[in-house]
Amino acid sequence: MTKSQRDIIIFTAFGLAVMITPLLLRGNYLLNVFVFIGINTMLAVALNLLLGFAGQISLGHAAFFGLGAYISGILTTRYAFDPWMAMVAAALCVGVIAFIIGFPILKLKGHYLAMATLGFGIIVYIIFNETVDWTGGPSGMSGIPNLSLGPIIFDSYMTNYYLIWVFTLLTMLLSVNLANSRIGRALRAIHDSEVAARVMGVNVRLLKVQIFTVSALISALAGSLYAHTMTFIAPASFGFNFSVELVTMVIIGGLGSIYGSFLGAAILTLLPEFLRVFHDFDIVIYGLLLIVMTIFMPGGLIGGFEALAAAINRRKEA
Amino acid sequence: MLSLQRITKTFGGVTALEDISFNVESGAITGVIGPNGAGKTTLFNIATGLYSQDTGDVYLGGQNISRLPPERLARLGMIRTFQNVELFGQMTVLENVMVGLHTKSKSGIFSCAFKLPGQIREEKTIHRRALKWLEYTGITDLAGMTAGSLPFGKGRLLEIARALASEPRIILMDEPAAGLNSRETMGLAGLIKKIRTSGITIVLVEHDMELVMDVCDTVVVLNLGHKLAEGTPRDIQENPEVIAAYLGDG
Repeated sequence: MTKSQRDIIIFTAFGLAVMITPLLLRGNYLLNVFVFIGINTMLAVALNLLLGFAGQISLGHAAFFGLGAYISGILTTRYAFDPWMAMVAAALCVGVIAFIIGFPILKLKGHYLAMATLGFGIIVYIIFNETVDWTGGPSGMSGIPNLSLGPIIFDSYMTNYYLIWVFTLLTMLLSVNLANSRIGRALRAIHDSEVAARVMGVNVRLLKVQIFTVSALISALAGSLYAHTMTFIAPASFGFNFSVELVTMVIIGGLGSIYGSFLGAAILTLLPEFLRVFHDFDIVIYGLLLIVMTIFMPGGLIGGFEALAAAINRRKEA
Repeated sequence: MLSLQRITKTFGGVTALEDISFNVESGAITGVIGPNGAGKTTLFNIATGLYSQDTGDVYLGGQNISRLPPERLARLGMIRTFQNVELFGQMTVLENVMVGLHTKSKSGIFSCAFKLPGQIREEKTIHRRALKWLEYTGITDLAGMTAGSLPFGKGRLLEIARALASEPRIILMDEPAAGLNSRETMGLAGLIKKIRTSGITIVLVEHDMELVMDVCDTVVVLNLGHKLAEGTPRDIQENPEVIAAYLGDG
């Protein structure tokens, strides 16, 4: 069995599991949690392209998510855009923004890149809060219309689930394809040795900006979907904490693993449901999780599973 | 093939290279030798676009490449290896060589993500050619290993396989024998000669005199940033200035 055949089987199995899950779930509460898992998976996969593959940190990805949501919200509520058109416009806008800021920002490395993206995230967050006439400020924006497709209106938990997950699955499929391609290899090459990648003819600077743009564009798409399914958005969902949460999802799941990003997103979406007793301390728990994971399982959960499987195989052979 | 003309480079007041000129003949193996601190690696970094010189020009096949970045040089057919072996450590051996084919393929993000027919064909070609280069350098059995876990000598071979995969006109090797045992060095000498017979021009920076004298057609000697001598290995071995530089003025 070749690697690409195995990829197809894994993806099909995962897709089927996603499709039948709502039939097994009891009640809207759980269904809604799974809608959030879908959105977060899409975001984590997007960030993973940048962080896991190219090895470039972003502590401002919540801003791209928020920009997608707000542009969609503003265009539909104020300018009577069709929600699908608003989504496309939001994704394109954010793509252009990411492309433009990508060139200066991605010249930076390590901590400096983290600081610059963090700064970008904070600036955008402030804009959401302060441009009250546009965004409704801290109290948010409501009345964002649902998406619809012919006779189907995506306004129930069940329809939202399928809407979100179709996009999430598509994102995952395209990312898996990308990972096992010339571009995916070039990205991982940048991660391992930038100088060797350049010598081998990889245009490192341009490729970093391109993947940053793609990552931002997918995040914006997730933002639009979020706005149109929730119909209400407020700046608090798009702040620094959420950017950190996204990074945590990617690292817990496993850098460079698409299915790992799903695991990370699922855990970090479910965890708060169990951690309600700690309410404001959840960020502390995430911090602890990150520390424990990077020390004991640097490959993330997927890396851990792979190591475990390898160990079992060795024992079998012995 | 490659021509360096009046290259000067200083680092904060220290002159690393002063007025260095020499030509690399097409199809030949040229060695650059010199004691530690002679400026050999600096010269390499300038020729391959990693550093920029203060004055002077570099020509590749008649084209002035003085200010071109390394990624452009790869496309023009100039590739290099590193003294300390710069592999993509978390990728497999095969994948490393596949990156070597980056300039020989052109699918972009979009066609890769959507697996367009052209991309699938290209991917097969990349895979097939990469395997060919693994065989050429004799490391086919390591294809599935993580590059970071290779012993040093094998890593060196992988780096050469990866460089060859880009089908260069000229390959610059920075101390390829460094860290190799004598058996591995012999194998390397054989490989270098084999690469030359396929028509690729080779430049070596090397400490291992035996290797240089064995494989090189021309040798350039640097000392303290100056060009001391240039000639056939036999001339160089008999040159009193070179002997003095290596053994001290005594």
